[in-house]
Amino acid sequence: MSERANIRFFTAGDTALVMEFGNEINDALNANVKSVYDGLIQKPIDGVREAVPTFRSLLVYYRPEKISFESLQKKLADLSVNAVSSVNKSKRVIHIPVAYGGEYGEDMARVSEHTGLSEKEIISIHSGKDYLIYMLGFLPGFPYLGGMDRRLITPRLKNPRTRIPEGSVGIGGEQTGIYPLASPGGWQLIGRTPVKPYDADRKNPFIYNAGEYIRFFPISADEYRKIESDAAYVCKEEIG
Amino acid sequence: MGIVLTNAGPISTIQDGGRAGYMAFGFQESGAMDKKAFNTANILVKNPRDEAAIEMTLMGISGEFTSDAVIAFTGADIQPKINGESAPRYQAVKARKGDVLTTSFATTGCRAYLAVHGGFYLKKVMDSYSTNVKCKIGGYMGRPLLNGDLLYFNTVEPKLSDEEISMRRADIPECVASPVLVRVLLGLQEDYFTKKGIETFFSSEYKVTNDSDRMGIKLDGEGIESKNGVDIISDGIPLGAVQIPASGKPIIMMADRQTVGGYAKIGAVVSADICVMAQLKPGDSLRFVQVTLKEAKDSYIKRLNELDELERKVEKKKGFLWRK
Repeated sequence: MSERANIRFFTAGDTALVMEFGNEINDALNANVKSVYDGLIQKPIDGVREAVPTFRSLLVYYRPEKISFESLQKKLADLSVNAVSSVNKSKRVIHIPVAYGGEYGEDMARVSEHTGLSEKEIISIHSGKDYLIYMLGFLPGFPYLGGMDRRLITPRLKNPRTRIPEGSVGIGGEQTGIYPLASPGGWQLIGRTPVKPYDADRKNPFIYNAGEYIRFFPISADEYRKIESDAAYVCKEEIG
Repeated sequence: MGIVLTNAGPISTIQDGGRAGYMAFGFQESGAMDKKAFNTANILVKNPRDEAAIEMTLMGISGEFTSDAVIAFTGADIQPKINGESAPRYQAVKARKGDVLTTSFATTGCRAYLAVHGGFYLKKVMDSYSTNVKCKIGGYMGRPLLNGDLLYFNTVEPKLSDEEISMRRADIPECVASPVLVRVLLGLQEDYFTKKGIETFFSSEYKVTNDSDRMGIKLDGEGIESKNGVDIISDGIPLGAVQIPASGKPIIMMADRQTVGGYAKIGAVVSADICVMAQLKPGDSLRFVQVTLKEAKDSYIKRLNELDELERKVEKKKGFLWRK
């Protein structure tokens, strides 16, 4: 319970607040965030409009005419004491194909220069592990993945791009992830996947959920085009 | 029947009160940028405040009504005309089948709203009529309006009398002074910035850049100094968040903002001033002024009261006329 003693509250304008559990990425902090979020879903607090769980904090939107910043703060603190973390028992790993470098990863050279690693090493390190999906956000189905190898850490671009293509795989600081839709953004692009992590027209719009794992595997440009044109392509998954 | 657009304007979208309940999955909130003008337009045409309306940017739509309607224009002054005659803004107006609507470039403000009595005949996607252009969902086919689009109305024979229509009017908000003063409540990652950086923020004049859109209003001006950089572990982005990217130049996060992001935020524009941000055009300048949580809350309550008062006013008049 030591993390709970460190909860901090911040104003986020006059209609939202941030409940922060810590300032690092780790499974315990994230589980605390999720437990308060789940608590809010199960037993809504009057005056709360909506909440957004993140790595280490919860953004709570509220109606100031119904509940004050102070009393919401108290109710959320009480909730965190009573909430019970849910633990994922089985591990689902989704395998995502990625064409690394070249036209698909424009910033590969920059990442290589910053990290001092060769392109080959970057690919092998990046695709060499399973990433826990801490949260979805920024775009529908954008997975925030914890646990990237520290050797790959590269700061975001000074001036965010106005358009990053759909499926781009990038590095932003100590995080890595996929852009499920074309969007502006500041991450360093190292590759691109031909699969659609989010598709509103698909029966199941998302191919993964928070709490599951992603594993990237390298493919060639030819394989990229093949998978891209194959509407029936389904990502391989492993349950362990 | 409804209105067929001969000119859809540069960026016109259907918006409502916003797509509530999906931000946890990464879906933007969307909704009208200037809620005050948007809610006012709906109140004037006797709609629920958050009914879907057309949001027009810098320039309005032109079109022909294919049925009678009661409409209201609010927000930016796009000088609406019906059959060549000026149609008053901030007032319910009757349009008849065959009437031709024209508008022009906004002479004040940036975003105008057109509400129609009964609302537009559209399908909600994930509980909202708001257009999410990025995800291509909601509104009219998930996209901005185009020339030739035919928008159907839910009510094709409005029952409001001419007298009642003429009584449904609101005061046109005064033009904002120059430079514009926007109230900000510090918070979020304010401790990422130096004292000097915060002073810079509140003492400098900023200019709205051409890159601004429904996602964020990007500003040009003095950069904000941070203590050790502005990269954070991504967290939630509230409406009006003042985000500081590595360039130091503030971005005010608006209706279509991403739900979470990795740049530090110095605070947030108070909700009552989001409409001020929404009405700034590229090239407009503004300054920020710091307020306390109490002052921010008071301005929020004041805004709620203003809308309530308007609704009471227009509805009471109706009641009075009805008794007569």
